[in-house]
Amino acid sequence: MHHIIIGAGPGGVVAAETIRKTNPNDQITLIGNEPAPPYSRMAIPYLLVDDIKEEGTFLRSSDHYHQQSIEYLQANVTGIDADAKTCELSDGSSLAYDQLCIATGSTPISPPINGIDLPNVHSCWTLEDARQILSLAKPQSRVVLMGAGFIGCIILESLVKRKVNLSVIEMGSRMVPRMLDEKAGGLLKKWCVDDGVGVYTSTKVNAIEEADDGMNVILDNGANIKADLVISATGVKSNTTFVKDSGLDIDHGILVNNKMQTNLPNIYAVGDVAQGMDFSTGEYTVQAIQPTATDHGRIAALNMAGKNAEHSGSLNMNILDTLGLISTSYGLWMGVEGGDTAEIYTPELFKYMNLRFGINDEADVLVGATTIGMTEHVGVLRGLIESKVHLGHWKQRLIDDPMRIMDAYVASTQELDNVV
Amino acid sequence: MSWTRKILRVNLTEGTCTPEPLNMEWAKQYLGQRGLATKYLVEETDPNVDALSPENLFIMATGPLTGTMASTGGRYSVITKSPLTGAIACSNSGGFIGNEFKNAGLDMIIFEGKSPSPVYLYIENDKAELKPADDLWGKSAWEADEMIHAKHQDPNIKIAVVGRPAEEGCLYSAVINDLHRAAGRSGVGTVMASKNLKAVAVRGTLGVGGVDQPQEFFEAVNAGKKVLADNAVTGEGLPAYGTQVLMNVINGVGGLPARNMRDVGFEGAENISAEAMNEPRASDGKPNLTTNGACFGCTIACGRISTVDKTHFSVKDKPQYHGASGGLEYEAAWSLGADTGVDDLDALTYVNFICNEDGLDPISFGCTVAAAMELYEEGQISNDETGGIDLRFGSAEALVACVEAVVSGTDFGKTLGMGSKLLCEKYGKPELSMTVKGQEFPAYDPRGIQGIGLAYATSNRGACHLRGYTIASEILGIPVKTEQADSDGKPELVKAFQDATAVVDSAGLCVFTTFAWGMEDIAPQIDAACEGDWSIDKCLEAGERIWNMERQYNNAAGFTADDDTLPKRLLKEAIKSGPTEGQVSKLGEMLPVYYEVRGWTPQGVPTAETLSRLGLS
Amino acid sequence: MQKSLHLDPAKCTGCLQCEMACSYEKLGEFNPSRSVIKVFTFHEEGRFAPYTCTQCDEAWCLRACPVDAITMDLTSGAKIVIDDKCVGCKVCTISCPFGTVNYVQETGKVAKCDLCGGDPECAKACPTDAITWIDANATGYDRMKAFAEKSLPSANTSA
Repeated sequence: MHHIIIGAGPGGVVAAETIRKTNPNDQITLIGNEPAPPYSRMAIPYLLVDDIKEEGTFLRSSDHYHQQSIEYLQANVTGIDADAKTCELSDGSSLAYDQLCIATGSTPISPPINGIDLPNVHSCWTLEDARQILSLAKPQSRVVLMGAGFIGCIILESLVKRKVNLSVIEMGSRMVPRMLDEKAGGLLKKWCVDDGVGVYTSTKVNAIEEADDGMNVILDNGANIKADLVISATGVKSNTTFVKDSGLDIDHGILVNNKMQTNLPNIYAVGDVAQGMDFSTGEYTVQAIQPTATDHGRIAALNMAGKNAEHSGSLNMNILDTLGLISTSYGLWMGVEGGDTAEIYTPELFKYMNLRFGINDEADVLVGATTIGMTEHVGVLRGLIESKVHLGHWKQRLIDDPMRIMDAYVASTQELDNVV
Repeated sequence: MSWTRKILRVNLTEGTCTPEPLNMEWAKQYLGQRGLATKYLVEETDPNVDALSPENLFIMATGPLTGTMASTGGRYSVITKSPLTGAIACSNSGGFIGNEFKNAGLDMIIFEGKSPSPVYLYIENDKAELKPADDLWGKSAWEADEMIHAKHQDPNIKIAVVGRPAEEGCLYSAVINDLHRAAGRSGVGTVMASKNLKAVAVRGTLGVGGVDQPQEFFEAVNAGKKVLADNAVTGEGLPAYGTQVLMNVINGVGGLPARNMRDVGFEGAENISAEAMNEPRASDGKPNLTTNGACFGCTIACGRISTVDKTHFSVKDKPQYHGASGGLEYEAAWSLGADTGVDDLDALTYVNFICNEDGLDPISFGCTVAAAMELYEEGQISNDETGGIDLRFGSAEALVACVEAVVSGTDFGKTLGMGSKLLCEKYGKPELSMTVKGQEFPAYDPRGIQGIGLAYATSNRGACHLRGYTIASEILGIPVKTEQADSDGKPELVKAFQDATAVVDSAGLCVFTTFAWGMEDIAPQIDAACEGDWSIDKCLEAGERIWNMERQYNNAAGFTADDDTLPKRLLKEAIKSGPTEGQVSKLGEMLPVYYEVRGWTPQGVPTAETLSRLGLS
Repeated sequence: MQKSLHLDPAKCTGCLQCEMACSYEKLGEFNPSRSVIKVFTFHEEGRFAPYTCTQCDEAWCLRACPVDAITMDLTSGAKIVIDDKCVGCKVCTISCPFGTVNYVQETGKVAKCDLCGGDPECAKACPTDAITWIDANATGYDRMKAFAEKSLPSANTSA
């Protein structure tokens, strides 16, 4: 049995390892197209502040794949032939598979504006991008960050730590609009502004122009910000181009069922390239987050290895550390119509917590949450949402004091009321 | 070390918080907590200050073992001059705040002066700040606790707080920490409130380190824990029954006073005993006792967590009291129960909740109600004056009405807030006040048990069992059995207990360990944790030094040998029935011997030789 | 025989000896705020519950880590954080549905229970046997684990 995994990010690596653990004798080939061992993009911000070297971003040690009998191949896959069960490589050769897993991730979107292709405009996605940013983001450099989304905010801290003169431009009405609500996004903005970062929300970049002393970043409000470096972090899209003629069903990403199977036999897709089931909505979306990628990788691998593994969707969740202010959001953080809410909001302490409950049978079930300024036991928010624990009388207690979330979790899961 | 070597000095008048180094010379003489804080008080104040004036100091202090793995090492004490007695006050509390002070890097907090308006002190590690408490003033300790937690949105903050009676000047107000632990005696809460200080809220995450000899420390600590676990009292009795294990025992030996100590022996004792707390009740099949709970670091866990029967008259329309909270320990059960003649366990538990909720010393409160009941039955207090409370011995309704009167500050509540001594004086019957130096008695009758009478009479903070718990020897045979009716040997026994207790109270440990621990168990823990020589002899010498220092403070404050006495009732009125029938306290025989054993003059003043031996001037 | 921590809330008195032992083992100081075993107190119910990582088979934290900083100790079965590798990204803290991996501001890294290399200090310090170190197949241990795992839908797998 030969398993081919295209893409060596976390989803692909976990898939390869899970197959190996399940079926010790199967042949496994892991294909990556970057000139580096498998690495994690999540680690790039820490590379940018010199917390780690490039090796620190690598997934697993250098001899790990050899030890696991996983063949790691550096190659570009240009297409797949589902009927012939082969992958085509850029050198013209092809590789035959029995089971195929597509884990090719996503790439940054380049906004269609003049000047986006100037030499000192970069995205922050690959190790090569990181190297460029490292060379340009010097102390006192003028840096404009386009996009205060999740990725923008992750690198924001790195840039501040590099002591650059930073401005952040976000089209949305608040920071991280796809992860944080008004209050949370507002707190985050205030936190950044207090720390000397220029944050412009509801603002678009119209164009980037070359100038004698760097670049002019022209905003839609007419303002002009001088920049030595522009970083574009305006979103990502799934890497599906190479399979567009393969017969795979593709929407935003490759459509998969709850076993991570595509519409074609023996082909799976995981991670940022896959449009999988969302736990909270039951709808199929591209989540593009690390925990979903590894969950996908595991589910796909078990099925590829002949087990029967299903999931009932991946929970969308995020955690951000922006200049020391930690924010999280989970599931239906925006709430559901008719569902109750428990909230504390203390802007002077930069603390915020918002719990969202379901409706009907799930009126006492947590379906989403947002936190600002909380680090202890945040994982239980996932636990409570995914395990659909009925909180019973703890719901009212949480409405009275959402900070008791861990108490609610422990009491509900350890059935303390029954202990005598 | 194990001391953090840092003090926080809070000048409430100026609104400043200033850290300063701990005086290590003094630490090596007075160890910590009770001893060391008293040294600061003695050095920095005139013993004749008005306890409720800005000139009095209010000190919160931990011991060197507070916040370590030494069993029960979570204690803190409040040291100040008492408004109830005019003597030194030192009230010790468990719970969790002692450790929190230590983890915030503080051995001690000294409060000076008086804030112009209500404040609370907020400490987060190295940060300390006085914050406005106008919104907290007029709130119960529990309400204020909740409000402070909400303000800071940190459930891990530990809070010590006073209730409404303290603000109103009730002389036996306690400082409540962790909802149901208290620096309870001598009105230390009244002093706190007199400074416009509503609460102290602390969060500490710095860690307690620097144990002098770690390996020896863990050996001593683990050996100590084993002794506690293997001992019948600390290993079985206290966790299962709490201090309430004593109710039936003390009643059985003719040592349980009742009805303002008019009687000895209480016919309702069984109904309010530990055994009763474990009995399922009719209404819901649950016992009064939910579980036992420990203070920080305590491997005994004598704490009671109880509920009141939801159908009981005291709480049936008050769902806020339907959950579990701190239950009855022996002294409270006695003072609220036997001493008032009330044998309604639910009423006592409810009143105990209220004492915690609003910061009252249940011993002084119960005894004051008992005195008021006697005055009422004798016709000294009229129905008009009680606000319609039919204040008869045995009335649970009257007891409940009294506690509600005190916390809500009615006229009669304020009268009760004066304490037994002033109350009885007010009604022209000072002899009915069962107090020493103005502080109410705990639950052991000095006629039935002789040594404890001497301990009460000579206690530096007024009547108190926790300054020399001779009951251990006289009833339980710890460390050796002495006869309860004998007065011979009791002066030596009292001195030994008093000195040893001063060590325990100064180390950061709980005195209940001494049911099992002797100084041979305690000294090695201190010695391994702290720099310097803390051998058994050195520890006991420190204990004696502390005792004499407290005595000197009281003497300077105007106390004399005449104050080392007991109410006439206990000296003259013989016990009417039961195993100890016919006995009175033989204090007169014991006291001169005690002075001699102490190295004091017949007037109760430490001799120059004694002082110089102990390094006191 | 693999051993595991058995937590019995009914026996816990809330004394926090476990938290002190844990922090002393890891930091050489008594600092309950940094303990990775936590005792939760339920005042109104009069209950105490010690709580820490179950070293679950799913190993959500381990799989979510982007830099391989969490590995399994093959002798004890513990999932352990390698401080030198952890970059403090906190993805594991939201991934662990038990909430037992926490970010530590002081170190900039995450911390979780590592079973003290197979000899957990919390169990040794517990005076009431509320925390014991026993054979993994003993009854009771799996309750908390089983509860969470059976009810976590994305963990549903069958062989």
